[in-house]
Amino acid sequence: MDRFRTLAEREMARLHALARRLVGGDAEDVVQECLLRAYRSFSQLEHEQAGGKWLTSILLNCCRDHWRARGRRVEQVELDEVDEFSLFRKIADEDPFPYSDSVHLDFLHQFGSEDVRAVLASLPELYRVPLVLVHMAGYHVKEVAFMLDVPLGTMLARLHRGRKLFERQLWGYAEENGLLKEGARP
Amino acid sequence: MITCSEAVKQLWDYLDGVVEEPQRELVEEHLSFCRRCCGELEFAEELRGFLASQADDDLPSEVRARLSATLDGLDRA
Repeated sequence: MDRFRTLAEREMARLHALARRLVGGDAEDVVQECLLRAYRSFSQLEHEQAGGKWLTSILLNCCRDHWRARGRRVEQVELDEVDEFSLFRKIADEDPFPYSDSVHLDFLHQFGSEDVRAVLASLPELYRVPLVLVHMAGYHVKEVAFMLDVPLGTMLARLHRGRKLFERQLWGYAEENGLLKEGARP
Repeated sequence: MITCSEAVKQLWDYLDGVVEEPQRELVEEHLSFCRRCCGELEFAEELRGFLASQADDDLPSEVRARLSATLDGLDRA
């Protein structure tokens, strides 16, 4: 138990941060479930240095069960709808901060962490999960494909859509929440 | 030669290092003369950095206390 406890204490904050981005306000429940399942199967962990990834895989299973229990369907998004969207071009064309020398950076600086969490929450799980794991949790796309038991090509396609959707939703969120005005945020 | 549209579709993958040859060479060739796509590439890098910077691992103390209590319960079980 001491070895498990050491691993769990070390990984707790990271697991909770990841869960918050995947299941929002239910993060604590999902991490609790993850720790219980991990404890029961701790003897199956062959190399303790792989403990972090092992716990992440268990957490992802808990997230999937959580979504399933809530009856959330996996939403597919038509690639054509989002594939052509470019946030870079949108910002350049719309030029929301005409007096700025760095309009693209100024656009990103309008977003606080709550805003980013809200934008992420608006993405279908199918695309949010790879985006969060690769770009926020720092996993390589090949590791994510392995953890989710999905072919690499499929994972790359989902990641691509996830990024494009994220770009589009960032713009939509900024429009809806009045972030496209000079001085909207201090 | 590839078009801007084809290059832009691959920029994030290019940054992730998952675009294989010969496609990688085509992207780099395009970037060597297209300023607009270089701008897209720089912004994609900014956006990656922006996402990574949001990944704070701060755990509220009350949540840590409750999760530790769960571990205490396992200790006693």
